[in-house]
Amino acid sequence: MPREIETEQARTMSLEAYADTILPGERRWPGDRAVAGVSRGGGAVASGALEVLRSAEGGMAPALDMLADGLNEHARAYAAESGIELDADVPPFVSLHYPDRVLLVQRLTDRANPECDAWISLAMFCTIAFDAGSHTSTVEALAAGHVGLTTMGFRAPDSDGLWRFDTYSYGRQLARPHPDTTPSGSPS
Amino acid sequence: MTSSESTDVLVIGSGFGGAITAYHLAAGGARVVVLERGPWLTGEDFQHDFKFGSSSTRIFDFVIGDGMSVLSGNCVGGGSVVYFAAMPRAPRFVFDRKGRFNRRMWPAAVSRDTLEPWYDRVAEALPVTQTAWDTVPFSGGLFGAACDHAGRTANAVPAAVDTSRCTNCNWMMSGCRFDAKRSLLLNYLPAALAHGAQIRPLHEVQHLSRTDDGGYRVHYTVLDDVDYRVEVGGGTIDAKIVVLAAGAGATPVILQRSEPTLGAMPHAVGRYFSGNGERLNTAIFDEDRIRDVLGLSRPDGVPYEAYQIGKGPCVATWDRLDGSLPEYERYSLEQLYFPPGFGTILTQVPDAVGPSWFGVEKKELLRRWQSWLTIFTMSEDDNEGVFGPPPSSGNSMRLSQQMLGRGSLRYEPTENTLRGWALSDAEVRDILERDGLARVMPWTNDVVGAYTVHPLASCRIGDDPATSALDDRHELRDHPGIFVTDGSAVPGGLTVNPAMTIAALAERAVPGIVEAARARGVDVRYGAPAPDGATSSRDAVLPLVSGARRR
Repeated sequence: MPREIETEQARTMSLEAYADTILPGERRWPGDRAVAGVSRGGGAVASGALEVLRSAEGGMAPALDMLADGLNEHARAYAAESGIELDADVPPFVSLHYPDRVLLVQRLTDRANPECDAWISLAMFCTIAFDAGSHTSTVEALAAGHVGLTTMGFRAPDSDGLWRFDTYSYGRQLARPHPDTTPSGSPS
Repeated sequence: MTSSESTDVLVIGSGFGGAITAYHLAAGGARVVVLERGPWLTGEDFQHDFKFGSSSTRIFDFVIGDGMSVLSGNCVGGGSVVYFAAMPRAPRFVFDRKGRFNRRMWPAAVSRDTLEPWYDRVAEALPVTQTAWDTVPFSGGLFGAACDHAGRTANAVPAAVDTSRCTNCNWMMSGCRFDAKRSLLLNYLPAALAHGAQIRPLHEVQHLSRTDDGGYRVHYTVLDDVDYRVEVGGGTIDAKIVVLAAGAGATPVILQRSEPTLGAMPHAVGRYFSGNGERLNTAIFDEDRIRDVLGLSRPDGVPYEAYQIGKGPCVATWDRLDGSLPEYERYSLEQLYFPPGFGTILTQVPDAVGPSWFGVEKKELLRRWQSWLTIFTMSEDDNEGVFGPPPSSGNSMRLSQQMLGRGSLRYEPTENTLRGWALSDAEVRDILERDGLARVMPWTNDVVGAYTVHPLASCRIGDDPATSALDDRHELRDHPGIFVTDGSAVPGGLTVNPAMTIAALAERAVPGIVEAARARGVDVRYGAPAPDGATSSRDAVLPLVSGARRR
């Protein structure tokens, strides 16, 4: 395999492992290394984290190679510090077990870390992939069974792709108003 | 001769502070140009879609600062297009707040009583109406019932929503597709256009300079309509009067950037920023307890599972809006909806063993998303926000094509602010964890710091020149002819949603702006009715503004 492709695959795996640390999912296939497989159902990766991160709109794309490489450098240092022997077959961050990935991500996103902005941004876009699927239209995402939106129980729209809830209220007064409420309905 | 365009009044921004002033000045006879940084969307342009590039990212800005992130509108209509339209008036004690300098923050001329006729003008114009309990969505009903169960009162909050058109879709932050939300696109702005005002979207003002005749030159760039990081043009417009209403996250930045050309700014420009003391808690409800303890059930028998349904905040408890309580310990609690994206990442897992805002446990929490309820605290913070040096353009370094940017605002909450938040957190828990109804956790401040959807006070009115950038007529000190009428003019946290007060202050500022324009030779007078022609609230203020009525 050409070296550039290997590098590209390693970076993709590393970013997938980061996304899977933020909102984890089940392994996509036996032997899936990037996804740690610590949660039932799909997670950020299956929800499209890499598509969101690579989208032109999001603005993260130009920084991804640097972030993936930086993530692996941090993983290498973390492993050395913790006495963990890394598996040379996969990138260093992917080689870490899930609990170690979590500890490293906590360290990277800590506000005391001068680099935290970048790692928090990465986490935000991974979250957005899961709970909003922002790389694709929401109507299409729901129709295609988008993992995150489905996991959250996000309701489907009407047939015209718009949301309307005809039944929306308990329909009765459920509390006493503040005694000093003004005639305009405001606090006094 | 100059190649610059000219107008009588140049308005920067088209939210409440810009739209209201633009309407009255145009209706009064002035030539008015409005420059709006964001795009111009209406009706069917507003999409039910989280996709990047849909209206949800086109019209909304999320600027991350150091310790404070600011969410705001970025479109024609400004905050009114993206907000939840809760429109309570500020409680009386707010106007007597003393803040950290232990002296009255508000000008002596402004109190709840003196502001009341101007609140009435806004209420008539939008209009603002009381919310009936039978239109309160399940989420508001649940909060109201929980308050009642805990011995608290709770009110349905007045709102600028036409409930006959509302579908309770909860897509309000993407703009209202059904014209149910009474944004400025439906009242002040079309009325301003009808009187000849021009509105130019995607025109981002960068700085001001002076003209030889005592007026101002406004320097703008034109932004690409998809990638706001890209400038596609620019120009200048000369004006006798400038109304600055770019929002509390942008107005001070424009003035900071104008210092080399305008001269020194008042000390308070870019200081004393308030996040309206805002804080969020998310409750995760036990559906069985909702039925057993509160006796609530939807028509289909499900107790709740309806976080997604509704129209933003509808019910609030005002028990702590008690003027006899110490300052910094007064706050309101309001039920709220935040859509996915913004509304999940900062939510924390109760009793987390691992990380609280990401990871295995966070995903499990998301499975119960429909049983969530967000509670919004609006309290008295300490005006501790300070803007650093301005970025090269706009009010942030834009990271994404739309929406996301990094700004210069620094905010370190003081003990006063933290105490108010801690008290409100405890109150939320006391109400919602009672009898096992829910588990509650505040949103984390460890990821992007604190956050606000109601930025205020970064260029505020006051009587003390050392701590206020504007006089009580909203004119910028030492720079006559520049008026500021947006949320940055509000002196401090209001303990309730501020749009109604921002709008009322803008209404109140108009007669003074009219007088200043007349002094500069503009043939303009005050006295326009409400945008739909209604006159009762106009007639009530006319006796207060005789100077601006003369022709």
